[in-house]
Amino acid sequence: MGRVLLVARLAVRDLRRRPGEAALLLLAIVGTTATLTLGLVLRGLTSDPYQSTREATAGPDVVAVGWPPSADPHAPGGRDPGTLARLEALTDAAGVVGHSGPFPVTAAVIEVRGRRVDAQAMGRDTVPAAVDQPELTRGGWVENGGVVFEAAFAEALGVDVGDAITVNGGSFRVVGVAVTAALAPYPQQTCLTSFCPSDPGGLVWVTRADAQRLATDDEPVMSVLNLKLDDPAAARRFVDTHLDRRFEPGGMSWQDILDHADRRLRHQRRALLIGSWLLAVLAVASVAVLVGGRMADQTRRVGLLKAVGGTPSLAAAVLLVEYAVVALLAAMAGVATGSLTAPLVTDPGAGLVGGMGVPAITASTIGLVTATALGVTVAATLVPAIRASRTSTVLALVDSARPPRRTPWLITLSARLPVPLLLGLRIAARRPRRIVLNTLSIFVTVSGIVAVLGAHINAGQLDLDRPGIERLNQVLLVITITLVALAAVNAIFITWATALDARHSTALARALGATPHEISAGLSTAQVPSALVGAILGIPGGLGLLAAVGAPNPPLWQLLVVVPGTVLTMAALTTIPARQGARRPVAETLQSELI
Amino acid sequence: MSDIADTSTSVLRTRGLCKRYGQGESLVRAVDDVDLDVAAGETVAVMGPSGCGKSTLLHLLGGLDRPSDGEVWLGERRIDQSGEKALARMRRTAVGFVFQAFHLMDELTAVENVELPALLARRSPRAARHRATELLEQVGLADRAGFLPAALSGGQRQRVAVARALSNDPLVVFADEPTGNLDSAATLEVLRLFESLHEAGQTLVVVTHDSRIAATADRLISMRDGAFVDETRLTGGTLRQLGSLAGFEG
Repeated sequence: MGRVLLVARLAVRDLRRRPGEAALLLLAIVGTTATLTLGLVLRGLTSDPYQSTREATAGPDVVAVGWPPSADPHAPGGRDPGTLARLEALTDAAGVVGHSGPFPVTAAVIEVRGRRVDAQAMGRDTVPAAVDQPELTRGGWVENGGVVFEAAFAEALGVDVGDAITVNGGSFRVVGVAVTAALAPYPQQTCLTSFCPSDPGGLVWVTRADAQRLATDDEPVMSVLNLKLDDPAAARRFVDTHLDRRFEPGGMSWQDILDHADRRLRHQRRALLIGSWLLAVLAVASVAVLVGGRMADQTRRVGLLKAVGGTPSLAAAVLLVEYAVVALLAAMAGVATGSLTAPLVTDPGAGLVGGMGVPAITASTIGLVTATALGVTVAATLVPAIRASRTSTVLALVDSARPPRRTPWLITLSARLPVPLLLGLRIAARRPRRIVLNTLSIFVTVSGIVAVLGAHINAGQLDLDRPGIERLNQVLLVITITLVALAAVNAIFITWATALDARHSTALARALGATPHEISAGLSTAQVPSALVGAILGIPGGLGLLAAVGAPNPPLWQLLVVVPGTVLTMAALTTIPARQGARRPVAETLQSELI
Repeated sequence: MSDIADTSTSVLRTRGLCKRYGQGESLVRAVDDVDLDVAAGETVAVMGPSGCGKSTLLHLLGGLDRPSDGEVWLGERRIDQSGEKALARMRRTAVGFVFQAFHLMDELTAVENVELPALLARRSPRAARHRATELLEQVGLADRAGFLPAALSGGQRQRVAVARALSNDPLVVFADEPTGNLDSAATLEVLRLFESLHEAGQTLVVVTHDSRIAATADRLISMRDGAFVDETRLTGGTLRQLGSLAGFEG
């Protein structure tokens, strides 16, 4: 117990000795844990508002779509002139306890404020239906010449009750806005009409008579039947048994509709989970660099600890506990931040009713987030902690620098370069692992940036304001900002650690005549090669992410701008720690080996 | 006050040089009102107990640290008020340092260490390497040019450090306890080297508490509590005499 207390006390004291570094470390891990929490709590959240909507609208368990009879044997459904009859016969099928319809549906083109958009117009009775009676959020229900918009579609178009619109050239008035559980909210809607473009358009309700009037020879009227089953869980089996899935649309269960409704959040969740893993990689780099940098500063402390009787394992334990404490705090802060942020991201939007409720923070979420934070920390801390604990006590007490690597070709090459480059390349070559970390950090960040550029292009190609796409872009943007912030922290950490580690050699270079400016430029230059390589590798990395989610690539010029932009940003970011490192008192640094 | 010295006999000159740390009761006068003149070609040894301010004085003289008060003149230029950039240029061209801990770059070979000041002074790589090779020959380490410091003995490392200090033909070489980390045999190697530098007319300021090193100087200054307390002009202080005195040679 005494040993545990001693380790805890030493760890906490050291954290309090350097509160700024501890805070930066905390921030780096909180960024990861918050994003991971967000990704995890999003799982399954859509079912709540969808279920609320189903309850509020007497949502169907199965939506069946029938083709009109046709003499053309090549027309879809035309092989069976009795399709409609078969559709109506479904109301008597085993397990069906209620129905509404069949309702006529036809494709329509809506013009509003100079914009033309595709839509699906469903004819409904003016009296409420037993199954799928859309819940009005504004205005009233259908009337002749009056259209009711699906809520998400209305929001995307910016229409409201009282607006005048044209449908297939005829004048209509918006009389209401409603939600339904029979179709996923716009833009994830399923095509119910005979001709289905890649974007079937949003759903509007009109009277049966108006729906029939809107039909053209090219756009025949389809029939939609809503069914209620005695066992809603068996809806998929019912569809498989009674409906022909070969012709789209044939029919769909409420679970299929939920999948469609969930698609937007699935994208967000996927983006958040990918983002959180990218952030986790960056956090590992941050912690590794920070711990490595602090080790260079803590060597003498470890030596003192060992000199007064501490074992190597005690020294390692102190260092590990120190960072584990930060990781645990960061996990708690991350879970809190993630759960508080989740409602902002998971707002169900206009297409569904009912709140998402409080995101479920389960024990498994907390466990996974905590394990990630601890894993990140231990992975980054273990090697330097063991290395520090095994350092000779005498060497540690005199605070001697860790022997650097020698790269003969680089030394020869750098001799021909201007002084800042000479110093920078030689400093960089001393610690190749740090270069790898920096490269990795930049690679991950640039991959994220390229992915977001592609996602924005994707949104830009669409002709409507799509709340789901916008939300996805917002999520990606937040992830990218976090990535960039963490990469910036990394750049500063790495330069700081480099300056700390190279303090003896840079002090010596100054004693031999290098100016502080040359040293500062050299320390910044030391980060440039890894930034360049990381940025170049990040381009295919980002394109790979875009390919994985099926988004288009950003234009070449954007990719070309990313590389020099990253390098210049890195050079600028490293200036502050480099300048500080270059201004350490020379005499004091050189004398420290003799104390 | 003009920055141009009114006398040209001294290579190095200080007036009222002070370095203070802290304030009030915790005030420490590391260097206290020191006046010093070092003539060209002269070797000056500064002796004193640990903590008396010897190293601080050397850092002030070499522009590695700034005085709290007083003047430092190197050649014809006053350096105590110079900016960092000017001081760096001065260190690059006018002074050379030899440290007790050698301070060689571990990842550079002997010749790469020696050529470094010349590269920092923007000499061509070829000229820098040529000069470094010459200097290594001069200090008797031509055959160790490609060795890393870790593969050299203490005396050899210090000789590399001396060669490095001479890389840019400095006005003054400052040596801070140059034999402090060396055994007797290595000390003798360095003593011989300093003697040859002395004979070649190199101006040297050596801080030491090793009387054997001090005995090679033209002048011996004793320091205590940051101030000069005694000054002795030595005559005929040669390595041979010192060696005999120290029992190194017969």
